[in-house]
Amino acid sequence: MDRRQSGQVAGIDVGGTFTDLLALDPATGAVRLAKVPSTPDNQAGGVMAALGAAGADPAALDLIVHGTTTTTNAVLERKMARTGLITTMGFRDVLELGRRTRPQPYGMTGQFVPVIPRDLRLEVPERMDAAGQVVTPLDEAAVLAAGRTLLAAGCVSVVVHFLHAYANPAHERRAGEVLATIWPNAHITLGHAILSESREFERGVTAAVNASVQPILARYLERLTQDLAAGGYGRDVLVMTSNGGMVSARSVATEAAKTVMSGPASGVMAAAYTGRVAGVENLITYDMGGTSTDVALVRGAEPAVSNEIEIDHALPIHVPMVDVRTVGAGGGSIARVNAAGLLEVGPESAGADPGPVCYGRGGTEPTISDANLLLGRLDPARWVARGSVTRDVVAAVFDERLASPLGLDVTQAAEAVIRLANTRMAGAIRMVSLSLGADPRDFALFAFGGAGPLHAADLARELGVPRVLVPARPGLTNAIGCVVADLRHDFVRTLNRPLDSLAEGELAAVFNVQRVEGERLIDAERVALAGRRLLYSVDMQFAGQTHLLRVDLPGSEVDRATLQALFEEVYFRRFRVRLDDIRVNLVNANCSVIGMRPPLDLSTLIDPSGRCATLAEAETARRRVYIGGGWREVSVYWRDHLPREFELRGPAVIEQMDTTTLIGAQDRATGDAHGNILIGIGGPDAA
Amino acid sequence: MPLDPITLSVIQAGLQQVCDEMDLAFSRAAFSPVIAEANDRSDGIYSADDGSLIAQGAGGLPVFVGTMQYSTRTLIGMIAAGQVGAPEPGDIYIVNDPYLGGTHLMDVRFARPYYRAGRLWCWLSNTGHWPDTGGAVPGGFSASATAVEQEGLRLPPVKLFKQGQMDAEIYAIICSNIRVADQRIGDVKAQAAALDLGAARLDALLDRYGEDVVAEAIAELRARAAAQMRSFIRDMGAGSHRGVAWIDSDGVVNEPLEIRLSVTRSGDDLIFDFTGSSAPCMGPMNSVRATTLSSVYLAMRHIFPEVPISAGAFEPLRVTGIEGTFLDAQYPRPVSGCAAEVSQRIAEAVFAALVAALPDRVTAAPAGTSGNFALGGHDPQRGRDFVMYQLSGGGYGGSASGDGLSNGCSTIGISKAPPVEIMEQAYPVLYHRYALREGSGGAGRYRGGFGLDYEVELRRGTARASFVMDHGRFGPQGVLGGSDGAVNEVTVWRGGVAYTPVHLSKEQDIPLSAGDRVHVRTPGGGGYGDPAARDPQAVAEDVRLGRYTADEARALFSVAVGNDQ
Repeated sequence: MDRRQSGQVAGIDVGGTFTDLLALDPATGAVRLAKVPSTPDNQAGGVMAALGAAGADPAALDLIVHGTTTTTNAVLERKMARTGLITTMGFRDVLELGRRTRPQPYGMTGQFVPVIPRDLRLEVPERMDAAGQVVTPLDEAAVLAAGRTLLAAGCVSVVVHFLHAYANPAHERRAGEVLATIWPNAHITLGHAILSESREFERGVTAAVNASVQPILARYLERLTQDLAAGGYGRDVLVMTSNGGMVSARSVATEAAKTVMSGPASGVMAAAYTGRVAGVENLITYDMGGTSTDVALVRGAEPAVSNEIEIDHALPIHVPMVDVRTVGAGGGSIARVNAAGLLEVGPESAGADPGPVCYGRGGTEPTISDANLLLGRLDPARWVARGSVTRDVVAAVFDERLASPLGLDVTQAAEAVIRLANTRMAGAIRMVSLSLGADPRDFALFAFGGAGPLHAADLARELGVPRVLVPARPGLTNAIGCVVADLRHDFVRTLNRPLDSLAEGELAAVFNVQRVEGERLIDAERVALAGRRLLYSVDMQFAGQTHLLRVDLPGSEVDRATLQALFEEVYFRRFRVRLDDIRVNLVNANCSVIGMRPPLDLSTLIDPSGRCATLAEAETARRRVYIGGGWREVSVYWRDHLPREFELRGPAVIEQMDTTTLIGAQDRATGDAHGNILIGIGGPDAA
Repeated sequence: MPLDPITLSVIQAGLQQVCDEMDLAFSRAAFSPVIAEANDRSDGIYSADDGSLIAQGAGGLPVFVGTMQYSTRTLIGMIAAGQVGAPEPGDIYIVNDPYLGGTHLMDVRFARPYYRAGRLWCWLSNTGHWPDTGGAVPGGFSASATAVEQEGLRLPPVKLFKQGQMDAEIYAIICSNIRVADQRIGDVKAQAAALDLGAARLDALLDRYGEDVVAEAIAELRARAAAQMRSFIRDMGAGSHRGVAWIDSDGVVNEPLEIRLSVTRSGDDLIFDFTGSSAPCMGPMNSVRATTLSSVYLAMRHIFPEVPISAGAFEPLRVTGIEGTFLDAQYPRPVSGCAAEVSQRIAEAVFAALVAALPDRVTAAPAGTSGNFALGGHDPQRGRDFVMYQLSGGGYGGSASGDGLSNGCSTIGISKAPPVEIMEQAYPVLYHRYALREGSGGAGRYRGGFGLDYEVELRRGTARASFVMDHGRFGPQGVLGGSDGAVNEVTVWRGGVAYTPVHLSKEQDIPLSAGDRVHVRTPGGGGYGDPAARDPQAVAEDVRLGRYTADEARALFSVAVGNDQ
């Protein structure tokens, strides 16, 4: 099965601002890196530019793995292909009515725009009941007429979404066949084929999103493969999917909804891989960028995956996705003093444009990045050199907007912004981990993104997290994720039965069917593999509950008594409650079939030849930094010059091209053999 | 030395975090879908001396925003008077008496004294909506009860947990008086465990910052929340503002109930005077004092969501004139409609009164009914009884920022409606339609959102249909020249003959047979501003999307639109 073990691989991630590339030649161990501006209108431009910047010859590559925000942006900006809906008589408004929610608990205003507008949602006579029995037969002539109406209205994609199609998809399938006789392209989505679960709004939105981004993703990948072919690359492009797996560009558009979280998923996959290699397998990933921060959980080197993510207000996309939660705080988050005279940070952000004051692009609102600059944590010389703004300009903004109203000096105001921002972020991270059933103190913080490593040590202290892991290339983490991610297929089978009604061997039989199908799919991809892994879990609950608890299983053959015991243990750990007299339901059986990719030697990510022999040689400057409640002369190191294995005591600042890492006064940082920095968190250092 | 503003902000975030974690723990461990799915619960921290609100979870059900401080205050008073046993570490009191700082009987409050160095330092309390507390009808929402005893089991404050141990005897009494009792132990443990978690988190906060500093911060935060609310009040301008709202009927006597409100600025305070509102009613549409106050606070929080939830925010809001009205009902008046319906009418009266003074912040009236339709019967195919609840949304009011949302949740809630597919899996029903109610949004420069139009058929067996809804007689009010949203309409088709409930939006136990149908059209939101000032393109777009007909566009907005699809 290992068809191309010597092949060169490139991971390319297109983000909102930058396109990142990591190319690896396993034969020589050579690593090429590139970071170029993204080209939002046609992301292929950035991809080709990144290959050029890295000096990577497409013709020499054996595999390109691609993370893309094409579908993410299309959904969030609602720039989707013109798509029609054909649905059950009486139910065309399901997509617009939603589940009667409002965008926020308080405040009775807000808008909701359905994925497909009302005039493109058509009804046909047909009806199944909940048992999958036909109540009203499908009117095929009406399907044809509806299809023609949608084509005449300019639709390029269509979704068929019938009530109870998860129980019996016959009507949806037949409607699809009928439509195929007149529809001019392959963009026909059947609701049950993307998600075969009950709940008509969630299934319908998932299918509607799939149909609406399918033509966009297909067109983009067609352009990309053409450009790559023109550059001499003739092989398959694999696209990262939201569950941290990959699917061939030839087939991914059919299930385009599975790519809307492609970018964030690759970052978490890189974290999981790095953690496994470094022997730190329980991680909270912390990706702090300019406007927001993404947080996810990795347990036992496996990212937490959810099938029930709502990516915007009333926009559920129920396909398996790495469970990445977004916190509204980033380097550009704005600080202000509210009407009660209290300091607030965020959620408004200066974004990338104009950005923080220190960017020198006309920003006038004090931000988190500006506070870091004033405290010497970001190097004023490096930042100010970029624009026309001096440190004094930033200080004047802080004085006027924050320090004077609060009765503080500028330094105190900047420190206050950081402390409050860290408190809020720590609270949000704690809520994310608790809602996933985890105590943050059992985890290490994996810090990446441009701003993550600057705040990570303080956040860890706040959360009681004992360690921080800063990978070698925090700013290229997503591209690394593309290179290390595995082929992955997730299966869910809903059983929803009392545990004691399950026959012995029944669960193992379900798992076996899932495993065989997953292995078939993986064998169909032409990709070098180092091996296979299988993950089994079940979702359980006490009879009468609605929430589920995920129970990881040691293998596919687990008897009822063990299932009961495992569930009770997980439940007790989570809720500190034992309920002896209530029956247990087994709701879902989950199996993930994973084709493992060849390993990446992380130590090559920082050029070994650039490393110095001693810490002292790697020191580039000493700088006044406000830390631990006062100004101190602090050693500043250049990350690429650090000896591979080192140990230093804080306070210290470690700079590199893509980020700055802050080590607190009582923290201890060590370098490991893979190029990571591990920060052991010391005492109550604060701010 | 006064506290620095940073420590203050950090402690504020810390207290909020304690409450948010209690909310989360309670929901995730609960059995009752009303708590687990609909988040019909709330958790908070209350002062030791008078129960005033220190902090409350951000995800709590809005209607509880002000009630728990009254229930805690009442408990403290009863303990001082020797009517209730004195607290000891590890105790948890249970209470659901509406007249002792509550809402309806289904909202069960737990209160746990929190000790620090042997001294009572504060109270942790939470409320959860139990699926049943006994009484005449499953679920407790009787449209025709005339005394609280018909609505369910009423518990005065008693210690359900004594020094950490549950009192099995009290629990047995409760279980003998409620339906589906076997699952309640899960909710009881979840509700208690949430308070235990809150205590552990509070320990950590106090260990870190010190009791004195946190106490000082609490006092300062309260003062600042009051100052923030007062700064908004100062901006409002002087004068009295009047608002009214009506409830169709109390379910027993078919006459409307009126809420009459005048809001007057007095210095930096706002006086909410309800003098002249209707007298206590026979049926269950009474409110109790705590719910009435909470409804005013809730409305103000919808208007000023940036003011943090604390007793300070409510300090400048003074409510008068409710004595002797149905907004301050006394034992044994039935109250099951207070949290779901009356509270929303009170909020509407506040909106109606203040919209002219705060035109950029206040919306026209939202649909404002929980839309409670209950169907109880026997399913011959499965050989068992069932009780189905369909809660539904309606249109929100237009506002200066745009048109109202369609099919939004009740003003006092945040819960989702159940999917049609789940209802059809669980009950012997078939929905023929679940649709946007065309034409229902009140006309205005910014129109109201649209209500819901659903029709459901009983497929087999027999059943009884009950409705506790509202706005059947009076549509949600339009403001500043806008029109009212469409009224709630219920039609029951029995043997092919249409029946309209006598009270329009309320009736108990209408018998149905297989093939009979229930058709509900929920209210649209009120319009905001003069309909003639609406952008003609927006009118044309609504017509193109079939939300209004061309005739309606002409009649309501004075816009001629050619193409009526």
